[in-house]
This record gives sequence, C-alpha cells and structure tokens, in this order.
Amino acid sequence: MITLEKRPQPSQVWSMASPLVAVLLTMIAGAGLFAALGQDPIEALAKIFWEPLFGEFSFFYRPQLLIKGAPLVLIAIGLSLGFRAGIWNIGAEGQYIIGALSGAAVALALYPSEARWLVFPLMVIAGAFGGFAWAMIPGILRVKFKTNEILVSLMLVYVAEQLLASMALGAMRNPDGQGFPGSRNMAQMDAATSWINQSAGMHWGVVAAFIAVIFAYVLLARHVLGFQIKLAGQAPRAAAFSGTNPARLILFCLGTSGALAGMAGMFEISGPSGIVSIDFNVGYGFTAIIVAFLGRLHPVGILLAAGLMALTYIGGDVAQSSLGLPGAAIQVFQGMLLFFLLAVDVLTNYRFRFGTKGVA
Amino acid sequence: MTRALMELNGLTKAYPGVVANSDVSFDIMAGEVHALLGENGAGKSTLVKTIYGLVKPDTGTMMLDGKPFAPAEPRAARAAGIAMVFQHFSLFEALDVAENVALGMENPPPLRDLSQRIKEVSETYGLPLDPSRIVGDLSAGERQRVEIIRCLLQDPKVLIMDEPTSVLTPQEVEVLFQTLRKLRDEGTAILYISHKLEEIRALCDDATVLRLGKVVGTCDPRETSAREMAEMMVGGSLHVPERDGGETGDVLMKIKGLFATSPAEFGTALKDITLDIRAGQVLGIGGVAGNGQDELLGALSGEIRVPPNQIFHGDNDIGHLAPDARRILGICAAPEERMGHAAAPDMSLTENAALTGRKRKALTKNGFLNWRKTRDFAEEIIERFDVRTPGAGNAARSLSGGNLQKFVIGREILQDPQILIVNQPTWGVDASAAAAIRQALLDLAAKGAAVIVISQDLDELMEISDLFAALNEGRLSEPRPTKGLTVEDIGLMLGGAHDMEVAQNA
Repeated sequence: MITLEKRPQPSQVWSMASPLVAVLLTMIAGAGLFAALGQDPIEALAKIFWEPLFGEFSFFYRPQLLIKGAPLVLIAIGLSLGFRAGIWNIGAEGQYIIGALSGAAVALALYPSEARWLVFPLMVIAGAFGGFAWAMIPGILRVKFKTNEILVSLMLVYVAEQLLASMALGAMRNPDGQGFPGSRNMAQMDAATSWINQSAGMHWGVVAAFIAVIFAYVLLARHVLGFQIKLAGQAPRAAAFSGTNPARLILFCLGTSGALAGMAGMFEISGPSGIVSIDFNVGYGFTAIIVAFLGRLHPVGILLAAGLMALTYIGGDVAQSSLGLPGAAIQVFQGMLLFFLLAVDVLTNYRFRFGTKGVA
Repeated sequence: MTRALMELNGLTKAYPGVVANSDVSFDIMAGEVHALLGENGAGKSTLVKTIYGLVKPDTGTMMLDGKPFAPAEPRAARAAGIAMVFQHFSLFEALDVAENVALGMENPPPLRDLSQRIKEVSETYGLPLDPSRIVGDLSAGERQRVEIIRCLLQDPKVLIMDEPTSVLTPQEVEVLFQTLRKLRDEGTAILYISHKLEEIRALCDDATVLRLGKVVGTCDPRETSAREMAEMMVGGSLHVPERDGGETGDVLMKIKGLFATSPAEFGTALKDITLDIRAGQVLGIGGVAGNGQDELLGALSGEIRVPPNQIFHGDNDIGHLAPDARRILGICAAPEERMGHAAAPDMSLTENAALTGRKRKALTKNGFLNWRKTRDFAEEIIERFDVRTPGAGNAARSLSGGNLQKFVIGREILQDPQILIVNQPTWGVDASAAAAIRQALLDLAAKGAAVIVISQDLDELMEISDLFAALNEGRLSEPRPTKGLTVEDIGLMLGGAHDMEVAQNA
C-alpha cells in the first residue's frame, strides 16, 4: 500500500521542482487531450510554447507577453499577500474594473488637458484608490460583521461588471462616437496614455509590475508586516500570541491587493485596451489567482508564472487560429496546469511511503 | 446490578511518543452509571473510541455480554449494542429532527413511522422534542436530545456519554439526569465521562479514575468526596512543600475582579479573579485542565483584552494593551500548546525567536527585521537552554516536544522579563530538562522577577512555588503560602472550595 508521510522539514528540492514537474505533466496530459481532438500533439504544443517566442511571427507575439503578463503579475502579487495570510480575495476582477473606471474617469474628466504631469499621476492614484475602495467593502464587512470575504469579493465582481456596462453605455460614452458604445480612446491621448513604447509592448503597467515584485519581496523577506502575514497564515493562534492585529492585517492585505488590481485595470484601459467598453475585462483577475498559486505565492515565482500563463494565452490563440483548436481546449489546458500544480505540491510537505503499514 | 455487561481487560494503545492507554481494565455492570474520570489527556477519549470501534487497541481484549468483542468499525459496535453521544454534535442544521435521526440509522423506517417512534421515545424518557422542528432552531440541550434519541432508537446495551453537560444549562442537566436514571433502571449500562466531580457524585454508581493512561483508582462516588476524587485525578501522593517563602517584593501587577470570556468554543470564562503579583515571588496555580488556565494566561499576556480597571501594571490600567505593548513593559508569557500557539511549526527557529522577541531584544529597526540579530538570539537560546537541533534554520516542527519547550521557555526567560507567566512549563519534557527549566524559573525569580507557573503537576508546583492558588471553573482561590499547606488543604482548593463552603453553610 502507498501512504503519504509528513516530512519533518518541507523539502527545498520539491518546492522548487514541483512547478516544473507540474508543467511537464500538463504538457503530457495536454498532448493526450490534443491527440484526442485529432491534432498532432507535438505540433499543438509547439504552437503554444515555441511559436510565440521563437517562431516566424515572434516579433509580434513577444510584446504581447509583456502586455498580458503585466496585469497578471500586478494582481497576483497583491493576491499572494492575502493568500499567505489566509485572506481570500477572489474579487480582483471587480477591483480591476473599478480601478480602470476610476482612472478613466479622471482622464475623461480632464480631457482635453495636455498636462501629462498632472493627468497621468492623478489617473494612477485614482485607479489604485478605486480598486482599494472596492476591496475595502469585503474588508470592512469581514472585520465589522465577520462576513465571508470570498463570497462578498466575488459577488462584487458582478456588481462591477454592471457598473462597467452602465458607464460604457452612459456616462463615459464618447460624445463624438456617433452613438456607438464605448469611451474616447485614452491610448491616443498624450496626457493619459500608459504606453511607453507600444511596438515593444512597454507600458507603465510593466514598470509597476516589476516594482510590485521588488516591493513584495522586501516586504515578505524583511519587514515585520510580511512576517506577520506569513505567521497569520501558518499559525493563527501563534500570530495572536505574537501580537498581530488580525483586523489590521485583513484590511492591509485586501487593500493592497485591491489597489494593485485597480492599478492594473487603469494601466490596461489607458493603454492596451484604450476604451471603456462593455467587455473590457477579460478575466485577468481570475487568472491571477492561478498565477499566484503557480508562483507558489512567491514574488519571483509569480513573475515566472505570469510569463508562463501569458505564453499559454498567446500560444493558445496561435493554436486556435492556425490549427483550429477550440478555445475551450485551451482553457482546459490552463486548468490542468493548476490541477497538476496542486497535486504535485503535496510532495513538498509529504513523501510517498511504499509498503504495508497498519492504519491506526 | 451484579452481572458484568462489559469487561475491559488490559487495553493498551500507544501513539508515537505517548501511551494513551496502558493496561486499562475494569467492568461495567448492567444497570449502572459508570463514571470515567480524568484530566484532559488522561486517556478517556482513546478508551471510549476503542469501545466504539474507532481505535484498535495494541493489546488487550473486551467482552460484551460474556462474548469477545472487538469491533472493527463503529458500525459493528453499534450493531453489538454500543451507542455513543459525542461532545460535539454531528447534526445537519438545515434538516428537521426526524431527518437527522434517520441519517444516523442503518435502516431507517419511513419518516412518518420514525416521527411516531421519536415521539414515543421522547415521551417515555422525558425528553421533550418535536420531530418536525428544524435542528438549526434548537438549543444545545435540544440538539443533544436528538443525539440521545438517535441512540435510544437502537436499543443500546451500553450508552457512552462524552462530557454531556458541558453545553447544558442547569435545568437541562436535571432533565438529562432523570433520563439517564430511567435508562439505568431499565438495565442499560451507561459510561459517563466527565471531570465535573459534583455531577458524578450526584449521578454515578461507580467510578474509574484514569491518569496518564493508567487506571489509578476506583471508587464509589456517592461515598467519596469531591476532594478525594480530585486528588486521585491529579496524582495520589503529594510531596509536602519544601521551599521557604522568599522575600516579598513590591506589587508589580494587580488583578482586580477580572472577568473574561473565552475565545474558544468550549472554553471556560474567568470569573472575578483577584490577585497581587509581587516581585521575587513564584506563584503556582494548580487545577484540573480546562478550568480556565488558557484563558488566564491569555488575559495576562494580552491575547485576550479585558475591560478597564481589571488589570494594572503599577498604577497603569493595561487591560486593553496588545501582547507586544505588554512585552515592552516586561510582561512575557509562554502558553501551554507549543505547536501552533507558542511557536509556528513550519517556521524556522530563527523566525520563531522573532515571534515574541522583537520588542525586548530590539530585533527590528523601522519595521524591518534584523535577521542576523534574530539568528544570534535564536542561537543564544539554543545554546543556553541546551536545545537539541542541528541549527537555528530548522523548522520548529522538526524538534521533539521537550526540545521545543526548552526553546519556548528560553526565549521568554532570555528576554529578561519583569513578570513571566508560563502554562505547563515542563509538560512532556524529560526529567533533567524539566529540572533545568524549573531552576531557570527560580533563578529568574531570585533576580527579582515575578513568576506565575500554571501547571497540573502538583509536585512541580510544590517544589518551586512560594504561593499556591487553584483554578476551578474559572475562579481562582485565595493564594496561600505553600509552606505549611497540607495535602488536604490542596485537595480542598482544587476541588473548588468555594462551592463546598456554600454547601456546608447551607
């Protein structure tokens, strides 16, 4: 009989190796999936993993990696802080939308101002504050009334989506747009655009994502607050004994992840997306949950994981258009990645034991 | 009353590191309420789980009704006529009473018949309960009735009740006792687990006392005083105190009429505790586990905040201060539960040193932890308190219980506290390490600190305390000088002298 036995020490080797093993297993299972769909599995995997990076059109796809990866990193970094402390913000998508709307509101209200030094920083602050405020709703409800932040934050995503639709069709609609839904294009406003170099995929969101990684790394490795976040997640009673204030921790983690998600939305709407439209959000807030866990809730891991997820997104598009793979197959493929990661993860803290042993 | 319905012979069950039951033998007669007494951790739960088929004994046999009895699983035990009411209920709140009862039965009859039977049983045994009510709306006592009726419908020969009164009001307790007496009179054997001595005296016909997994005595609870039973539970023979009372110093901390509710679901609230804590003194607090020890430590360490005017440090009210603010004042503490409370199991010893040592050892600067300094502190603890570990980078969970305890106590003592509160400082620690910990506590007091030792080991308390007090159901007796205390005095304090004085005056 095979049993799992708890390791006295978490295995260093496995905590590094498990994401790699998970990616490998996903490739194997994915190959089976693609074969079952009647595709050449090797070709499909090559389309997903090779083509965007080194293929004929990689000059087009590589910038896309930055564009897709930046919001994932920004959101996942924020989420990882809460997840480490056992505070589950599932509603980053909603905070992302509200951040985008807040940033857009500033840009559109000040249009046609030319003062970039004023408009853009104000947008960043508004975007961060919008996401922060939206995340404070589940935060304050949890602290004051012990509600479940998972449910509240998730439900607020749908509220945010309605608000987005109302804005795209109403208050933020382009007055010169001949009645079409959607706002003015902020990517084309010199004062409001988040682009630094559009053809290279560089925008301020990418810069912010790298800053967030460094900030989170220092926070977790050196700062008392990071120590308390880890402690609260691993041993809540020890955290209380140590003197951690749980309410403050909840508000900090939710607030930070909301602000980062809001900033990600703001950079997106003033750059790659450009327009407040009904279907502006594409699920970065939810994918970031996978990214956070795939990156083992570690800032550097999240950076790598976001790159990988962005690659499967872009490669998935490539496979979809060139091989005719159904979009759902790509989503299944991404889902498998998380599944295998969680399964292999067990080996960090447990090891297999073969042989018969009486069960107590 | 003469036939042994159930015989237990030499039951032994060992878990890694602890022997939960060691050679436990006793008989349960038909038509008696048999009390199983013991502190938390004495092995009561393991024993009843063995009877109920949840745990397989390493050695030893059981006989039920003259036939060998070795249930492989609870279903087999139930089929043989064993029923058990757990301390924590397993009911679905959204379903009604009859549906909940049906879920717990092997072959439930149609719901209408079942409702009828529930009504009959509830009337026969005086357990008023409407089968159509939703369980979510029921009180704790009514929920327990659902569990009891579920058991009674199986016509059990042996009914096991695990701490049944811990969730009941006094009125509900009376109703429960009447039901149990009625069942007893019909010939059912009842195994009644509790550490509430007065209840056992009122209800039970026979009692077996467990301590550290062994049967340490049997008695007739109707003719044994609560004090004698308490003595059996906490350990038969006591050393007479040897320590001279030290010089009494200034009052460092004053507790006046402290009330605190427990954050734990089945915890004990503290009631009207008054205490002066003096420099240079070791105060020993005894009592059976679960009488408010955790809560008292929490209220003093700052984990439980209390209303104004109950705890004073000097002239300052500190009841609202968080643990770190109290540490700055010099109040340090070490809780009983090492894994997950005093220390974070998955964190390294270095990180665990930062857990409480941040303020007094100045391990932070502008909110940033100085890991090198923290590591030095962890290594100092490891060296001074002889903690056996390859290094400070190892996870706390890789240490044995005794070694981790040395680390935890060392961490607090090396912070040079003015007041140190420890709960079960030497529990599970080997004899030489225990002696070292006690000596360190005495040295700390000799340097002028106040030390409060909460412990269930009376020998330990007699050895190191200047003053002795007992916790009983959240109340603290008046501290008395240890020197001159007799075994009888101690038993009286442990058994809840307050209650008995009332009884005597009445």
